Amino acid sequence: MRRVRGMKAAALLLAGSMALAACASDEDSSSSGSGSSGGSSASSGDLQIGLAYDTGGRGDKSFNDSAYAGVEAAIKDLGGNVTELTPNADASNRVDLLTQLADDGNNPVIAVGFAFADALAEVAPQYPDTQFAVVDSSVEGTGLDNVTGLLFAANEGSFLGGVAAALKSESGHIGFVGGVESPLIQEFEAGYVAGAQAAKPGIVIDRQYISPNGDFSGFSDPAKGKILAQGMFQSGADIVYHAAGGSGQGVFEAASEAGGRAIGVDSDQYETVGDPALQAVIMTSVLKRVDNAIQGYLTDYSEGSISGGTDEVNDLESGGVGLSTSGGQIDDIKTQIDDYTQKIVSGDIEVPTTP
Amino acid sequence: MTLVRRVGTLLLAPALAVAIAVVISAVVMGLLGVSPVQVLKVMVDLGDTPSQQITAVVAILNRALPLFLAGLAVAIGFRMSLFNIGVEGQYRMATIVAATIGAAVALPKPLHVALIIVVGMAVGAIWAGIVAVLKVTRGVSEVISSIMLNFIALGLASYLLTGPFRGSPEGASIVSTAQIPESGRLGGLNGVFDVLGLANPPRQLYGFLVFAVLVGVGVWVLLQRTRFGFDLRATGLSPSAASASGVDARRMVVKTMLLSGAVAGLVGLPDLLGRTYEYSSDFTSGLGFLGIAVALLGRNNPGGIALAAILYAFLDRASVPLQSASLPSSVVTIIQGTIVLAVVVANEIAGRITRRAAERASRQSSGPPPEDSMTTRTIPGVVSEGTP
Repeated sequence: MRRVRGMKAAALLLAGSMALAACASDEDSSSSGSGSSGGSSASSGDLQIGLAYDTGGRGDKSFNDSAYAGVEAAIKDLGGNVTELTPNADASNRVDLLTQLADDGNNPVIAVGFAFADALAEVAPQYPDTQFAVVDSSVEGTGLDNVTGLLFAANEGSFLGGVAAALKSESGHIGFVGGVESPLIQEFEAGYVAGAQAAKPGIVIDRQYISPNGDFSGFSDPAKGKILAQGMFQSGADIVYHAAGGSGQGVFEAASEAGGRAIGVDSDQYETVGDPALQAVIMTSVLKRVDNAIQGYLTDYSEGSISGGTDEVNDLESGGVGLSTSGGQIDDIKTQIDDYTQKIVSGDIEVPTTP
Repeated sequence: MTLVRRVGTLLLAPALAVAIAVVISAVVMGLLGVSPVQVLKVMVDLGDTPSQQITAVVAILNRALPLFLAGLAVAIGFRMSLFNIGVEGQYRMATIVAATIGAAVALPKPLHVALIIVVGMAVGAIWAGIVAVLKVTRGVSEVISSIMLNFIALGLASYLLTGPFRGSPEGASIVSTAQIPESGRLGGLNGVFDVLGLANPPRQLYGFLVFAVLVGVGVWVLLQRTRFGFDLRATGLSPSAASASGVDARRMVVKTMLLSGAVAGLVGLPDLLGRTYEYSSDFTSGLGFLGIAVALLGRNNPGGIALAAILYAFLDRASVPLQSASLPSSVVTIIQGTIVLAVVVANEIAGRITRRAAERASRQSSGPPPEDSMTTRTIPGVVSEGTP
């Protein structure tokens, strides 16, 4: 009897901890003491920017931080302030975030992440005088004429990542770890594979995803990222590219332990990883300059040249995507990289978007 | 026991839990150098204009609806000391199948909506039924199997969504099922605001509210006023006593899990029928787990669960204005988290108090103390003595 009771208590604890875990990632961002946050009733004339983060909020060393960096840079140039909001753990309150930002009089309001698309379709028409922008989601054809889509040719950046991996691989065997098997991440995979095959036909490429579509844990599960990467290194791969957000940490650790190398994603992870041992294995990072895109959007907005209802595509040509060179590990193949960049920009190479 | 005392003991534990959570949160806020009073002010401020206030109320109720249904599903199992941790998987499977079938058929309005609801309940019941069958035929603990089935449901739903049930165009950033046509959607209840002479904001109050209230009342009647409900509660309190009095425990396990699963199948429907009209890769997840907390806080009683769900939804809503006011929204997370822990502790304390009172009462009326003071033992986990 006692044992049964103990087990039930354990089960209850387990369930409770799951409920807790479900709430736990809702770290606040506005309390982190940045002088620029809050204050929706500041003096007029300056920009009043509303920023709605994707789940996780600021401090992810990746996507959201990059968005904030763009806003910060724009404020430095143009003046103004920003109100930042983070969704709750299950992200069911995206509509509330946008409503609050618009109600508070912020203009423009920037939504970070394609998951805001549905919420914008609901909120934007209610605030025709407010300009909205959404990262990673197309608005053309949706009829929302006060929303701008900030898009990235992630496949083009990943193509260069694939070229770099293929050229630097000694075993002729490389890997790819995706966070969530969603169309967005498949675009990374498609570009990477195309680039690797273009640079070294017949190269072996292991491809794995951490979680299936609809289960977004794959972006925040370093342990699983590490296991997948370990498997690739053990089967002979020597360079693994990750497009897995926070799970990339595990890929770097696996690379470090296996004596292999890794390619980072989104921001220059050589600079942001913060651990010299891991820094050494980060050969390059496929950059997605969310910061540049947002800064550019805000500059355009302050000049009054934003009309809404259109997409702004940030690709290799505009410098919206590319490879980082911190650490100097790909300096020796710079000419080949530049070569492929030219071919993509000129249209000689058409990079696929689906694997 | 008089009505006042019954209500008093019913409310004692949850009130204690909320109080503990508020005190702990206030201490944390104090340590962070934030004024708890200011935080509380922001939390209860629903907005400046009438339209904003009604929008806030609608947001709270719309959020509370799925939490209420999830809590109800969990509670049905709890009342029989069955731990249905699998509500998460049950509602995921139910929602995706209901969304797909709802989009595939064309029927007149009431029938179309009814079909979607029936499909949702059926799929939820089937998914929970697997747990029941494993338990009665193989003795597999429902805790283990229902947790495992959550993972299977997640993977299966993902496979179905990206494979056979896919309705969105190739390459769309959000993969979804096909849209349910107009006849299969439930309109909002915002007409009520007009009737009451209140502001009518664009945000629609889910029409599913009416159905959820009916389900809540139905479950209460079933548990409290029928032979089945009596058997269920009796089995939960003491399996051996129940089976000695002729209750077929294995049958009860199957029936209870089917019922719990059927209610779990409704969890995703307020959103599906009222707003999204499709199941997609970013459909709200985690409601099944929150339901466990809501059921605990509501003491497995439909009325209590409704209040608990509204409290959770109220706290959730507060996180946005708190951030906007540059106050730590993690307060909300802390309160919600500590409630879960506090409610377990508070239930135990309240249980002891009422038990002691009952013992004292029975001692006064001579007779020996009751073997197993039935009236107080309604909280699973803390008190259950074994499995059937």
